[in-house]
Amino acid sequence: MFRKLTLTAALALALPAGAALAAGGAGYVEDFDFSFEGPFGTYDQMQLQRGLQVYTEICAACHGMKFVPIRTLADDGGPGLPEDQVRAYAEFWEVWDPELQDFRTATPNDHFPESGLENAPDLSLMAKARAGFHGPYGLGINQFFKGIGGAEYIASLLTGYTGEEKEEAGTILYENKAFPGGWISMSPPLWGDDVIYEDGTEATIEQQSKDVAAFLMWAAEPKMMARKQAGFVAVTFLAVLTVLLYLTNKQLWAPVKARAKGQPAE
Amino acid sequence: MSGIPHDHYKPQSSGEKWLHSRLPIVGLLYDTIMIPTPKNLNWMWIWGIVLTFCLVLQIVTGIVLVMHYTPHVDYAFASVEHIMRNVNGGHMLRYLHQNGASLFFVAVYLHIFRGLYYGSYKAPREITWIIGMLIYLLMMGTAFMGYVLPWGQMSFWGATVITGLFGAIPFVGDSILTWLQGGPAVDNATLNRFFSLHYLFPFIIAGLVAVHIWAFHTTGNNNPTGVEVRRGSKEEAERDTLPFWPYFVIKDLFALALVMAVFFAIVGFMPNYLGHPDNYIEANPLVTPAHIVPEWYFLPFYAILRAFTADVWLVMAVDWITGGIIDAKFFGVVAMFGALIVLALAPWLDTSSVRSGRYRPMFKWWFWLLVVDFFVLMWVGAMPAEGIYTWISLIASTYWFAFFLVILPLLGVIEKPLPQPATIEDDFKAHYGKPAGADGAGAATPAE
Repeated sequence: MFRKLTLTAALALALPAGAALAAGGAGYVEDFDFSFEGPFGTYDQMQLQRGLQVYTEICAACHGMKFVPIRTLADDGGPGLPEDQVRAYAEFWEVWDPELQDFRTATPNDHFPESGLENAPDLSLMAKARAGFHGPYGLGINQFFKGIGGAEYIASLLTGYTGEEKEEAGTILYENKAFPGGWISMSPPLWGDDVIYEDGTEATIEQQSKDVAAFLMWAAEPKMMARKQAGFVAVTFLAVLTVLLYLTNKQLWAPVKARAKGQPAE
Repeated sequence: MSGIPHDHYKPQSSGEKWLHSRLPIVGLLYDTIMIPTPKNLNWMWIWGIVLTFCLVLQIVTGIVLVMHYTPHVDYAFASVEHIMRNVNGGHMLRYLHQNGASLFFVAVYLHIFRGLYYGSYKAPREITWIIGMLIYLLMMGTAFMGYVLPWGQMSFWGATVITGLFGAIPFVGDSILTWLQGGPAVDNATLNRFFSLHYLFPFIIAGLVAVHIWAFHTTGNNNPTGVEVRRGSKEEAERDTLPFWPYFVIKDLFALALVMAVFFAIVGFMPNYLGHPDNYIEANPLVTPAHIVPEWYFLPFYAILRAFTADVWLVMAVDWITGGIIDAKFFGVVAMFGALIVLALAPWLDTSSVRSGRYRPMFKWWFWLLVVDFFVLMWVGAMPAEGIYTWISLIASTYWFAFFLVILPLLGVIEKPLPQPATIEDDFKAHYGKPAGADGAGAATPAE
């Protein structure tokens, strides 16, 4: 009978996440395929490097990434740039130095600069701060199977412009299929061929969107590969331990159960 | 320790005797670990060890996280990101701690509902139950304050909403609110006191856990039949029980390993599934999130809090009778805490002399309806408080109270219980001692 309760508890785990956002006119988020999905998924290093390029040349004009240290571009399980390239890349940025009371050229130990535009949100954690998938009926089942969908949301947002715009209280709003409410104040950032990829990949809007979404997923969750690896080691170890303990338990209880079978009740 | 007769520790060597006459600590440990335990315990009796593990896990990971965390509104969010990005293994520690809270509550809810079904709260185990309820209450306080520490949007607005509840208390509400928040609003003072208490509470919980164990070691464990262990003689008791070590330690460790495998799969592969994306946005007092939702383990009680709106006739009646002292807001707060109080009062609300739900044909149905009700409340607590959801939460909240205040007292009078086995030994044999002729394969189907 209590097996039912255990099952319901397992179901309960599926209940809560993201249940809240069911209402509120969530936009349409396309379930793009990413290499890092699922328990076996890993980041595609080339894609992260392309995404870094899109971020640097397009997004960074307005947005910042203040929680991400530039040196982590060289880390394993990330874009994996060679150290000298990271040093050269850091020189691209100017950061505010509170000791000098002035701007200076960045070093790999500095973080990416903050957003330059006041109403442009910081992108360090954007891929974890948005949920692409919801429901159904607040049950969180979609997120269980598809993932939370932060990267999908970003890619859908960047490809979701319809071309319509309207003016509201002095601000121009752009219609976007993925944005909750349908109208966003960010003008369409990508038009196709906005960057020239070194590896020859064609820079379509969708390609650039997916690349930068993957890069922002890495920026938000730089230790994903290490985490999944640790998860595998732990689950494998625990599975073996579980089997051993099951057998130990069975053997330990066998004589007790045999006795219960053998002796007639007094 | 009184209770079930069993062998006690006898110091052998002169060294042991020397220590035992000065500090009988070995004897205490021996008696604790060798406690006679009903041999028919089923798999629902494993959650205690899972909970003990959770407490240790949370304290150990928490102590290390504190080494890198900064409790200040300007640095808290950044220091959590520092842990996630720069501290060796910090991301694992943080995800273990974050999801450890969820495992803690999964286990505690299963533990509590097991106690309800098998009547573990009934005499003589009321103290065990009450201590357990205190632990549960402290767990909720600890978890709530811990959720505030990363200083994300949900941290901040959750803290604002929940401390705001105390502001609804008539007359003294505003003073209590200021005292809780350490100022006119949730700010640095709030974060600091929550940090301090979040570190303190687990140690109080650890103390209460010791008392919890002490209490049920005094009365002996309950078991799926609810029938007491025979205590006439040691021989008699031994036919109903087995020593905790090794029989139940190994059994519990097996279950723990299985639970851990699932837990580590969640931590490794979907650590943010149970969290809320908004908490990866740094707290901003000027921007309110579209929906403020507590963590999943608070949702049933959050639903009860929101269920009693100003247009419910009961709320209107109470408001009118008390001359507006108990308004809708305060009524909701009373209902939320009341839902916990009726749970804690179960030993005195249940009038049935039969402990185990196994032998209570009517109770069984109402119990499972309560379990369903709990999940409905959990679900509706995450939905917006509008339209059909307000009705669902009102009905579900009403059932929660009706179960404890009406059904439990009434069932003891009208229900005709099924016959119970005379002894635990009989129950065990009924399970494992298949009658001759049946295929006596040692299929180790766990009880229930």
